[in-house]
Amino acid sequence: MENNCVVTVQDFKMDKAARWCPGCGGHAVLAAIQRALPETGIDKEKVVFVSGIGCSSRFPYYINTYGFHGLHGRGPAIASGIKLANPDLSVWLVTGDGDSMAIGGNHFIHLLRRNLDIKILLFNNKIYGLTKGQYSPTTPKGSVTKSSPDGTIEDPFLPGELAMGAQGNFFARVVDNDLEMMKEVFMQAARHKGTALIEVLQNCVIFNDDIHAEITSKELRDEHQLYLKHGEPMRFGKNKEFGLIQDGTRFKVVKVGENGVRPEDILVHNALDHDDTKDYMLVRMSLPNYPIAMGVIRSCESGVYEDLMYKQFSISKAKSRIKTVDDLLTSGNTFSI
Amino acid sequence: MLSINVIYIINDLFSSNSHGLFAYISLTLLIKSAAEIMKKRVKVIERDDVVVKFAGDSGDGIQLTGAQFSDTSAFIGNDLATFPDYPAEIRAPQGTVAGVSGFQVHIGHKEVSTPGDLADVLVAMNPAALKANMKWIKPGATIIVDIDNFDSRHYKLADYIEDPLEDGSLEGYNVVKAPITDMTRDVIKKFGLSSKIAEKTKNQFVAGILFWLFNRDLSIGEDFLRDRFKSKPELIDANLEVLHAGYNYAETIEAIEATYQVKPAEKGAGLYRNISGNVAVAWGLLAAAEKAGRKLFLGSYPITPASEILQELAKMKNLGAVVFQAEDEIAGICSAIGASFAGCLGVSSTSGPGLSLKSEGLGLAVITELPLVVVDVQRGGPSTGLPTKTEQSDLFQALYGRHGESQVVVIASSSPANCFDFAFEASRIAIEHMTPVILLSDGYLANGSELWHIPQVKDLPDIKAPLVQDNDPEYQPYKRNPETLARSWALPGQPGLRHHIGGLEKADLTGEISYDPYNHEKMTHMRNEKIARVAKYIPLQEVIGPDKGDLLVVGWGGTFGALYTAVVEMQEEGKSISLVQFNYINPMPVNVQEIFGKFKKIIVCELNLGQFASYLRSQLPGFSYLQFNKVQGLPFLISELKQQFSEVLNNIEK
Repeated sequence: MENNCVVTVQDFKMDKAARWCPGCGGHAVLAAIQRALPETGIDKEKVVFVSGIGCSSRFPYYINTYGFHGLHGRGPAIASGIKLANPDLSVWLVTGDGDSMAIGGNHFIHLLRRNLDIKILLFNNKIYGLTKGQYSPTTPKGSVTKSSPDGTIEDPFLPGELAMGAQGNFFARVVDNDLEMMKEVFMQAARHKGTALIEVLQNCVIFNDDIHAEITSKELRDEHQLYLKHGEPMRFGKNKEFGLIQDGTRFKVVKVGENGVRPEDILVHNALDHDDTKDYMLVRMSLPNYPIAMGVIRSCESGVYEDLMYKQFSISKAKSRIKTVDDLLTSGNTFSI
Repeated sequence: MLSINVIYIINDLFSSNSHGLFAYISLTLLIKSAAEIMKKRVKVIERDDVVVKFAGDSGDGIQLTGAQFSDTSAFIGNDLATFPDYPAEIRAPQGTVAGVSGFQVHIGHKEVSTPGDLADVLVAMNPAALKANMKWIKPGATIIVDIDNFDSRHYKLADYIEDPLEDGSLEGYNVVKAPITDMTRDVIKKFGLSSKIAEKTKNQFVAGILFWLFNRDLSIGEDFLRDRFKSKPELIDANLEVLHAGYNYAETIEAIEATYQVKPAEKGAGLYRNISGNVAVAWGLLAAAEKAGRKLFLGSYPITPASEILQELAKMKNLGAVVFQAEDEIAGICSAIGASFAGCLGVSSTSGPGLSLKSEGLGLAVITELPLVVVDVQRGGPSTGLPTKTEQSDLFQALYGRHGESQVVVIASSSPANCFDFAFEASRIAIEHMTPVILLSDGYLANGSELWHIPQVKDLPDIKAPLVQDNDPEYQPYKRNPETLARSWALPGQPGLRHHIGGLEKADLTGEISYDPYNHEKMTHMRNEKIARVAKYIPLQEVIGPDKGDLLVVGWGGTFGALYTAVVEMQEEGKSISLVQFNYINPMPVNVQEIFGKFKKIIVCELNLGQFASYLRSQLPGFSYLQFNKVQGLPFLISELKQQFSEVLNNIEK
């Protein structure tokens, strides 16, 4: 009945405004999702947003779908239960750098490894916001925060590396001030069959303002972001004048037209390649020597957990003579008295 | 039987590779058999019940022999209870006391409620098995030893200084020194099978001896083996022949002074099976899911002694059971909560340490008011404690082990078979009252087994899930059933019912986030009252024996068999004693106060330091509670209970 109606942005909006700080990146991510969902054709009644704990994890309350605000770090497990209970649902997990990679690190890597068809929005602001400013697993080494007054002494995680180390098949990176990029990538994630991790470089105006400014600011973004698209050359810059070429075992940034570099010398992005060697190199690129890779970096098809599980159900149902619990109770060794 | 024996022995005598020892024994036996068998009439002792204990290295196939003996007993109609006793290590050092694996079977013409205190028959495959079990056998018991393992090397491994077969310590027992290993090897060699197979087959020699000792029809044992090895047909004939060899050996030697006859039990007509507590839990959950029209979801992490529930349900894909082996205990419960949100009967099974990890998840299920069953198969604690031993020390954790005001329903099963009923009951309460329920089982119930009268699903109570119609304009996430206070269950995917739930406090009715102080107080009371009202939907507490008298024995959960046997025996002796065994712990049945008031003394018996007694003191403070507690990782002995109760009764009489 409702499926016949045209689904619009309005269908996913709540009456009340989101309670994130003014200027928080969360608002833009929410807007991008609300714009992307109607275009995916997913039935709005079948969408479920699940989260853990943290600023980002308030997300389910701000979108008009089924929602489950869970426990700190445990979102992946809750989402897995929902998806396995009803694979028809479109399940989205919203998490942060602390929620997914500190307290929920174990659940996070195992969700990626199992490849359930769940989409993960990882808000990476490199700080604990809701608890007011302690360092997180992605905070750059040496950062002074409330819980590291003399600077952190830990090496941070790179979410993309972690994802691929955990057998992740889909990894994308977006910035919170590029609505179009977010919308495009969210739609690609929605279409991907399997776990899709999208790292959102998100700004925390209160506790970690401008942490991503080198990447996201209007002045620098063209030269500091490489927006990757499958099948297209890896070019960036205001006029796409820069590009990446292979130089031995590394990438090298070149300017097209300079030193004999021709457009066809620029590497073409292949997101579908199962070999993740290039993907690792892309996610590891860092300023100032390289631009930051954006967009869908990796998108490989692989067996989806719930599909494989439900396939085992049909095989087992067809094969077994035990169709009901009564059949089970009276199977095997029984004794009549 | 004689003919088989003779043919078998002659075959062996003339086989090309001559087996000296076997040939010698066989020849001796042949002569004896031929001469004496017709006049040999062994005394047959008719018994109401017999306890048999099998013991050996953990690789000796003890559990299989025990299962075979149990199934055979069930087949001929004996009542029975079993209990395996195995070390935590998979293959502890061979021949040592630490590595002894045991399996105790109690069969009866009379009603059997426990695996028995002490054994009438002990099968000891090596000196360590003998040493470990000497204190668990009756005076004059029959002890069958594998004489081939009673050598100086094995004595040393078992820390025996002197040969126990010769030092007089076995005086008064009927010791059968059977060459189990050698005779099995000889049979196996004929089939061209390896000595490794021989090791694994000698349990069938033992089985054969027992078939004779219990005057049983060998064809039952043959059928068991054919079924057991249907996927390895090459082993069937060898096993059958070893079984026969054991039987013939027992029949022929004169070491066994008497055989036992245990007549079928007087049970009601119907279909029975032998079932363990863990399997019964798994099946009860399946039955509840089917009855409620909900998919069963189990999110679990392997843990002793609960893993069998996970394994059993993993086999049930044909019945649509969704089984998710999670990355840890926390993910186990959280996935079950997610599945419940989406409309499944969500379940997580575990043992003590796992329950600790699930505390946080239980709190989430309390505030989101979703159906959830957590099965805790208790073991000795704290920490890793005694993983393979039984205890009842998780009660406090089940009742109180969460932050915040977060009551859950706590129930306990009290026999291996009624694990089915209480798994079903836990599911019924969880679904109809929209609440987490903790089902307490324990290692003793989980691994023990008993004869079970198989029910029909149609005779089980209905389970009515409080589902919501699509597009119901009246739906509100926290609107409650006025009787039960349960909220209703709207499932993601249903049109017109989109809503949010979560761990933050919810506003009454709407379910929106609320920090309002009065709302929090109201919701806290509402959640507790919802649990309290479950008392209206559970049966009254039963009293076993007269409903008034001198001594009321109070127990809960898995101690039922021992308490029941002790109390009934003392009632038969004319003592004024009754038993109340709790299955419903929170909330308790409404008539408990009334029951307690009619006895002069109350003694609370549990396998912990008095957790239930403390709970009773807080819930029903008007009574004085004596305690009898044991924390040895072992179930109660009937004898120790009777002694304790007698002392209390004597004091009353004075």
